[in-house]
Amino acid sequence: MEFVESAALVLGSAVRLSVPLLLACLAGLWSERSGVVDIGLEGKMLAAAFAAGAAAAVTGSAWLGLLAAILTAIAFSLVHGFASISQRGNQIVSGVAINFVAAGLTALLGQAWFAQGGRTPPVQGDARFQPIDLPGEVAARAAGGFGRLWSEVVSGHNILVYLAFLAVPVTWYALGRTRFGLRLRAVGENPHAVDTAGISVAGLRYAAVVIAGLLCGLAGTYLAIAQSAGFIRDMTAGKGFIALAALVFAKWRPVPAMLTCLLFGLLDAVAIRLQGTPLPVVGPVPVQVFQALPYVLTVVLLAGFIGRAIPPRASGVPYTKDR
Amino acid sequence: MSGSRGELPPLVDYLVVPAVNLTLAFLVSGLVVLAIGENPLAAVRIMLSGALGYAEGVGYTLYYTTNFIFTGLAVAVAFHAGLFNIGAEGQATMAGLGVAVVCLAFDGAPWWLVLPFAVAAAALFGAGWAFVPGWAQARRGSHIVITTIMFNFIAATVMVYLLVNVLGKPGAMNPETRTFAEATRLPPIRDMLLPLGFDVGTSPLNPSFFLACLAALLVWLLIWHSRLGYEMRVFGFNPTAAVYAGIDPARVVMIAMMISGALAGLLAVNEVMGVQNRLLLEFVGGAGFVGIAVALMGRAHPLGIVLAAFLFGVLYQGGAELSFERPKISRDMVVVIQGLVILFAGALEHLARPPLVRLFRRTRLAAEA
Repeated sequence: MEFVESAALVLGSAVRLSVPLLLACLAGLWSERSGVVDIGLEGKMLAAAFAAGAAAAVTGSAWLGLLAAILTAIAFSLVHGFASISQRGNQIVSGVAINFVAAGLTALLGQAWFAQGGRTPPVQGDARFQPIDLPGEVAARAAGGFGRLWSEVVSGHNILVYLAFLAVPVTWYALGRTRFGLRLRAVGENPHAVDTAGISVAGLRYAAVVIAGLLCGLAGTYLAIAQSAGFIRDMTAGKGFIALAALVFAKWRPVPAMLTCLLFGLLDAVAIRLQGTPLPVVGPVPVQVFQALPYVLTVVLLAGFIGRAIPPRASGVPYTKDR
Repeated sequence: MSGSRGELPPLVDYLVVPAVNLTLAFLVSGLVVLAIGENPLAAVRIMLSGALGYAEGVGYTLYYTTNFIFTGLAVAVAFHAGLFNIGAEGQATMAGLGVAVVCLAFDGAPWWLVLPFAVAAAALFGAGWAFVPGWAQARRGSHIVITTIMFNFIAATVMVYLLVNVLGKPGAMNPETRTFAEATRLPPIRDMLLPLGFDVGTSPLNPSFFLACLAALLVWLLIWHSRLGYEMRVFGFNPTAAVYAGIDPARVVMIAMMISGALAGLLAVNEVMGVQNRLLLEFVGGAGFVGIAVALMGRAHPLGIVLAAFLFGVLYQGGAELSFERPKISRDMVVVIQGLVILFAGALEHLARPPLVRLFRRTRLAAEA
């Protein structure tokens, strides 16, 4: 029973750590399925986190923080969209630029506006998203053992966690089963065919990057005013790139994306939990092994040693109408 | 990487277009400075006088320039072969390990004796770290951008592990190796310039600046005056035609990546052997990413890269001075400018081109009439 209880604690922490990865990963999924490569997830998430922290600190409302974050992330998405779709620029270069502008601007504005070393003032109460206790939480906690699985893993998260996991079936359904989703995927595979059918390639791609912005906005909000009590400098700390790795790992599909993000979250949670305690059989494992594992796994997968990860065919290729 | 060539005179293509892009980036940066309630023109004045107004400032500017020449060349060489190497940061990090191992092994030996080995180790470790993504792209078809990003993170983690558990000085506050002996460090360039009446003061400028200039020259010879460089350019321009012409694509990709990694690695000679005199975490400090901006700005030409690296050297040194004088404009302003330069000179490079092409067509027609 004690094992189950500590497993429940680790799993609960894994769920919480996987949420920003999952939201950013789904953002990348929408964008890349439409043919727009997005390595600016990190920057958009960071900008959104800053907007959420700043707006929540000033207005005292978590929801206004969320709104500011979503608008900010969508604005960054539109810059990326303008460069990649309208200007047919290099999408990788544009993503790199977004990451730099976001990293610099958040730290600069944070220092200029709040003068606390680049962080936003700490928030509490209504300015943060608070945990929600699902029915039966108290009874499950009291029961101990497997009851803890309910109280730690399923219940007691804030609304953004549930939204993130809700976004998975929604994405699966919207991309896989609706006319809009079908067209969007077609635009990522063969934009000429979509264009021939009289549907706007640019319109669909812009729609995709806006959805990506929305999801990055949620991810940033979660980091700044749900998981923490305010924005701190560089708080995404590479999560946008882990999300990108997860996207490759999940082969650009929603449900595997969720499972991969949970796995990466679990690796993180285990690393925090172990802190150098020896494992059975292998002995002590340096914490860096767990930190590097998502990246190593992704490289190995990309090199085709575990299955094959094939991106959408037209991703990264600007669309030019034939003359 | 390029748009439609031939519509503009070469001089306009190589000078006016980048100048317009840079101006746009600076204008937006100026708006940011205005937004935080400071005067952009005053900021520019402080930056310029801080970076170029006195000899010590110039020394610092050239020290930053050295790093950016190395990483700019690294990114540019990969560009020519049609590859986007985002991994200069990780390659330079691993090269630091090579330089540190050499310097610690030869600790106490005179620097001019150690330097060739340090340079070789830096190039070797950088090339080695770039080889794996190159190999994965060439032989296994994985995307170089994703792999090099992942390798940056893996390099950072490996470095933390090594410095905390293996190489680190016992009992130190920060994970770092012991400091090299005075004789083994690259000497500051000050003593060489003093007789010329130029006192760069305590700036960390050291002989690796000349190494950077030499590297730029060698890259120019490689790209435009060697068979390998020709193969790289053909492959970068049109991989199908390259294969048809009998060029082995896997070989070109792997060699281009290794040269790129070696160039990025040389940064470690400047930072580890010349400035920090020990190996510490994150000594690269984002210079690997500045290389992307430098290569784009310099249009992947060594001369352009040296100029662009100098520009970013001015920005970095000037930005440091600016944050002293105007605490509201922190050093992060430089990162914003860097991002905007990448955006306007890279992703939006076609923004200024059509109006310029139209302008030139009109003037040419007017001249003919």
